[in-house]
Amino acid sequence: MRVALFLTCVNDTLYPETGRAVVKLLTRLGVEVDFPMAQTCCGQAHYNTGYRHEAEPLARHFSDVFGEYEAIVTPSGSCGAMVRELYPRMGERARAEGRGDSLAATLAPVVPKTYELTEFLVDVLGVTDVGAYYPHQVTYHPTCHGLRGLGLGDRPRRLLQAVKGLELVELPGAEECCGFGGTFALKNADVSAAMGADKVRNAESTGAEVLCAADNSCLMHIGGTMTRLSSGMRPVHIAEILASTEEEPAV
Amino acid sequence: MSGTFVGMPAFPKAAHEAVNNPTLRGNLRHATHTIRAKRATAVAELTDWAALREAGKRIKDHTLRHLDRYLEQLEASVTAAGGIVHWASDADEANRIVAGLVKATGESEVVKVKSMATQEIGLNEALEAEGIRAYETDLAELIVQLGKDRPSHILVPAIHRNRGEIRDIFEHEMSEWGRPAPDGLTDTPAELAEAARLHLREKFLRAKVGISGANFMVAETGTLVVVESEGNGRMCLTLPETLISVVGIEKIVPAWRDLEVFLQTLPRSSTAERMNPYTSTWTGTTDGDGPRTFHLVLLDNGRTDTLADEVGRQALRCIRCSACLNVCPVYERAGGHAYGSVYPGPIGAILSPQLRGTASEIDASLPYASSLCGACYEVCPVAIDIPEVLVHLRERVVEGGPVTREGNKVVLQPAKGHAAERAAMRAARWAFTRPGALRTGQRLASRTRRLHPRTLPGPGKAWSGSRDLPPVPAEPFRDWWQRTQGGKGGAK
Ligand code: SF4
Repeated sequence: MRVALFLTCVNDTLYPETGRAVVKLLTRLGVEVDFPMAQTCCGQAHYNTGYRHEAEPLARHFSDVFGEYEAIVTPSGSCGAMVRELYPRMGERARAEGRGDSLAATLAPVVPKTYELTEFLVDVLGVTDVGAYYPHQVTYHPTCHGLRGLGLGDRPRRLLQAVKGLELVELPGAEECCGFGGTFALKNADVSAAMGADKVRNAESTGAEVLCAADNSCLMHIGGTMTRLSSGMRPVHIAEILASTEEEPAV
Repeated sequence: MSGTFVGMPAFPKAAHEAVNNPTLRGNLRHATHTIRAKRATAVAELTDWAALREAGKRIKDHTLRHLDRYLEQLEASVTAAGGIVHWASDADEANRIVAGLVKATGESEVVKVKSMATQEIGLNEALEAEGIRAYETDLAELIVQLGKDRPSHILVPAIHRNRGEIRDIFEHEMSEWGRPAPDGLTDTPAELAEAARLHLREKFLRAKVGISGANFMVAETGTLVVVESEGNGRMCLTLPETLISVVGIEKIVPAWRDLEVFLQTLPRSSTAERMNPYTSTWTGTTDGDGPRTFHLVLLDNGRTDTLADEVGRQALRCIRCSACLNVCPVYERAGGHAYGSVYPGPIGAILSPQLRGTASEIDASLPYASSLCGACYEVCPVAIDIPEVLVHLRERVVEGGPVTREGNKVVLQPAKGHAAERAAMRAARWAFTRPGALRTGQRLASRTRRLHPRTLPGPGKAWSGSRDLPPVPAEPFRDWWQRTQGGKGGAK
């Protein structure tokens, strides 16, 4: 099977190790991964800040770049939800504005074949034990768009539970938002920071060394809060845990 | 604290104080987490919850689509049952009508059932200006009224107060409004409730005019429904000679049968009760039983304009259960007052900018008072996609566009104050439709990475005031991919 990796602009720029982990993991599972070099950004930040019309060219660009692939895999719950939930809505809104079916038709092909990483592993490849080894105590934070947008359910936790050496610790208040929320983190910095601090406190109360999530944007916020609060915990993307093996362990 | 919301600052500024007030944070956290957990249990008991939620949504959508027809039907059935129907297009008109009706009775005081609509129009203040005193009889509303305070929650308007504060308010303020608090009042719930009961009892027995809202109006029969927990509502609805109900036009349901859905979803969503304690229904007037005169004031006040908007109109499905407030992480930390409206929390953030427009500082900031986490949508018993409406209203703020105001289609200009953001969004769109430009930017960032600070000055403080920045990696992923041919080159 040949799939396109949609890494997302944030990961490409700031978290290349997450991208390398996805490539390593999928390759190990026998998937041929391509990274279309023309990819940029799904337009989520534009859309969610109120700039839907600015997001449209980005969505069209996404569809041009990825339209030909059998499946598109992304290690981000929120960017996955952007394509799956909001691209169809953008098409509908354009239609309602009297601009015809062109946008809806352009975006339609990529919608059903875009998968968040853990969804792709569990639903498409049908694996929960990916042969990973990660001898650490980990607590898992389900990010909002993965949880409530895509409905990832217990997929990430099932994958983590199957990792050799990994001890999964329950996170109190797990389903509460970490307070990132894209431009919310800047526009309502006080409330965002208070939510982040509460999330970190809950994470610390588990005694785990690692807080794992399936979205680096949220981890950037949580991790930035952790270092500021001098917490001993580390934020780690789930792809990096699943890519880690006994031969090549992640630190 | 003033009793009005006029001239409120933007949400982030208004929230700043609450976020940094540990007592308030503690009160709100405790209250919202408790009710949140109870609601979840009450809802989980019903195996057909999803079907009830869908049914509630559809009944409301159907009614809103044919609102004109149902309103006329309601007017006819209320009139046939002996009631008198009045139409108010805005707050001023509604207040004028109610003040006129009270004056016509010759009375100068009224008792009130807890009502969002009368708070929305500022009825108490309007009556006060006409020399009429309105007494709130719901316990939490009484606390707010005595404390010259503002409500901070739909269901529990005094949620921001703890027992000690309530005791002090009763002791100092009750005498000014009627029967004083008993001597030596403590802050035990039983004593506080008894003080309120004694204080209110004399008002119930004396009042000749009652004022209420309604949770539902049944078009078929002209029946109004009030759902409450303390029994004060029943007193106000049955003892006075004249009853005046002020109700938003969206509170209609076609038939009694439809109540079957909402009388299950509303109590479980709001108080986590299986069944509501006091559900009062009345149809016009009945000889020898209850008020002899019944007036229904149907309130628009921005609702028709809201109905005209394809995305925003779903806010009119709201049954004011307050589940979205109780589950909202932003409400929990910012408190209800920051929303600058009698409608706080997620529903307030989508309702106020539609009912009032987005011209004021507070209304233009409300659509951003959310991390879009979606918890509100998940719990809403009529499936209002609050995040969808928030984003839609953000668009209205930054892009402008067509809206309906007082029945007229107008085109809004983009709000000022977003110029820098708009320029940044355009620049980002430009770069993101040109992979080469993105790459140049990434390389520049990587090459200068050692110069990047972990904190930022100026506007960047909004991020780095509380969070460190992530370090920029030595090379972006795409460069690694190209250099190693997707890792096949063996390089790590
Ligand atoms: S928006 Fe939904 S959850 Fe919120 S108060 Fe209204 S009905 Fe309840």
